Amino acid sequence: MKRALIVLLAVVALGLVLTGCQQGGTDTVKIGVNMELSGAVATYGQSTVDGIELAIDEVNAAGGIDGKQVELVKYDNKSDAAEATTLATKLMTEDDVACVLGPATSGAFKAEIPVANDNKVPVISGSATADDVTVDASGVKEYAFRICFNDSYQGTAMANFAYKNLKVKKVVIILDNASDYSKGLAKSFNDTFTEVGGTIAAEEAFVAGETDFNAVITKIKDKDFDAIFIPGYYQEAGLIIKQARAQGIDVPIMGADGFDSPTLVELSGAAAANDIYFSNHYSSLDEESVVVDFIKAFKEKHDKDPDAFNALGYDLAKFACDGIARAGGEGGEALKDALAGTEEFKGVTGTFSVDENHNPVKAVVVIEMQDGKQVSSVRAGL
Amino acid sequence: MDQFMQQVINGLSLGSIYALIALGYTMVYGIINLINFAHCDIYMIGAYVGYFCLTVFKLDFVTTVLVAMAACTVLGVTIEKVAYKPLRNSSRITALITAIGVSLFLEYGMMFLVGPNVRTYPEITGLLAEKFNIGSVIVSTQQVIIVGISLLLMVLLQFIVKKTRIGKGMRAVTLDADAARLMGINVDSTISFTFVLGSAFAGIAGVLVGVYYNSINPLMGYLPGLKAFIAAVFGGIGSIPGAMIGGYTIGMVEVMVSGYANSMYKDAVVFAILILILIVRPTGLLGRNVREKV
Repeated sequence: MKRALIVLLAVVALGLVLTGCQQGGTDTVKIGVNMELSGAVATYGQSTVDGIELAIDEVNAAGGIDGKQVELVKYDNKSDAAEATTLATKLMTEDDVACVLGPATSGAFKAEIPVANDNKVPVISGSATADDVTVDASGVKEYAFRICFNDSYQGTAMANFAYKNLKVKKVVIILDNASDYSKGLAKSFNDTFTEVGGTIAAEEAFVAGETDFNAVITKIKDKDFDAIFIPGYYQEAGLIIKQARAQGIDVPIMGADGFDSPTLVELSGAAAANDIYFSNHYSSLDEESVVVDFIKAFKEKHDKDPDAFNALGYDLAKFACDGIARAGGEGGEALKDALAGTEEFKGVTGTFSVDENHNPVKAVVVIEMQDGKQVSSVRAGL
Repeated sequence: MDQFMQQVINGLSLGSIYALIALGYTMVYGIINLINFAHCDIYMIGAYVGYFCLTVFKLDFVTTVLVAMAACTVLGVTIEKVAYKPLRNSSRITALITAIGVSLFLEYGMMFLVGPNVRTYPEITGLLAEKFNIGSVIVSTQQVIIVGISLLLMVLLQFIVKKTRIGKGMRAVTLDADAARLMGINVDSTISFTFVLGSAFAGIAGVLVGVYYNSINPLMGYLPGLKAFIAAVFGGIGSIPGAMIGGYTIGMVEVMVSGYANSMYKDAVVFAILILILIVRPTGLLGRNVREKV
């Protein structure tokens, strides 16, 4: 009797699953969004989603993918890796999505990848920059993609920019000793910069949350150097800039995408924010038509200037739709192959192809700031 | 030599902030034997009150400091009445855990109200933004003001405790609360007055830090609070001159370690000092040696 009941339940369950699948593949293409909409890094997730929604609106207004409208299935992973994994499973098995966009942070995205490989559904992140996201010692992760450059690439690009464009030879690095992001950037900068012929005059450290950097600044003041590199976030970088300028250090100060916030200039004061150069994913000063159109459309919808996460979110959705179109509207394995074969995708954050490690091959944008304003941007490669 | 003098200036301004916060710890500990962990969050709230005074209500600097002091005083006394007074006769660990609870409540309550992001004080212009050179040593007006106000407040505090009637009451309650009550001292209002002083000082420190570093967030009290606590223990918890000496020592040690050794070991050295003090001289530099009666 008991066994008969189990069999009956199994049949019912199977029936439900099958009907679920049939509903999925009809007149819409479903794309899952698994983002940090609340919790510690909610701003990243929310900004990315603003970009994604703008892109999907445009795709649908232009007739969708092969006549099929795109439908977003959006969940909040609460900035939690375990929650992101659960939601990924739900999106892939119950909602039957073609692919999943997000999460935005490396930790949560890495947690999602095994689920993607098990279910053979591609996952794409717009902002997971840790080096080992799509590839690690055991090889490339088949169903994982991203559209942003990784941390060590940024450090390498900035080192080249410093040596070739700024023509500086001796650099002081001030890094956040408690952050993998900062240490990774410092290491790749250090390696490349010494390789091309520069020297690192000193390496100093702080811990995120500190506010007084005067001791370190006084210490380096008498040293012989012609630029400072701060791989870190704007909260501390803004204060370091302020205190360094107050002590009369006027050499160029370089950073990475962690500098990308208006708060940086608020912290340092506009007068101190001179000769600042930082790498970023995108620049609003870019004059490419795709960038100009994006900025205009974004301003119309949200009434503010887009930031790098908005731009990455926009590219993320466009990249996925491009892949789905080339895979003939299919998700799963066909989409994975289409994404891996992407050539010369023209995005807001640059034109890129996907390499064998599922990373985009693209240049960083280096933004120059004078008097607290972004005055110019150049694309810098390796 | 110039570099050394510059580091001394750096150490003095950092040490002043630690000393101001340490005073609050040490006074409350002296009078009710409680480590008031919420103290560093009152300092944070002082910084936020100052922020809103300067940005939303556009008050001048002096009024801002006074408003922040007043707000912190009200908050400090309220916390004492609501959270600590009912526990006065329970075990010390109960009060300690309550203090940690109040601290977390303030930190995350504030995060809920104003958001977790860093906020910046408006840019200060005029006299407060001046810098001047002594030889090749650069000193800013803000640094002078921070050190000046700290020293002034400590002298004032010393005067209140040693020379006034209420100060006498405070010293009496510190020695023996029951005997003080029998002598006709109002113990409750004396304790409240201690909280008033400590919280007002924290409020001033909050605004000064906001102006000086230009960066505030709901968790800004945590690390300086910890360092100030070490300063209080170093100087001898319960001793007011001890808190001053402790604050300046910790500030100076931090700066000198980053300046002449390795900035990565700064915090490690500070906490190592705490451990050493607790092993070698648990009462601190100027602490009273209390004999337990058997």
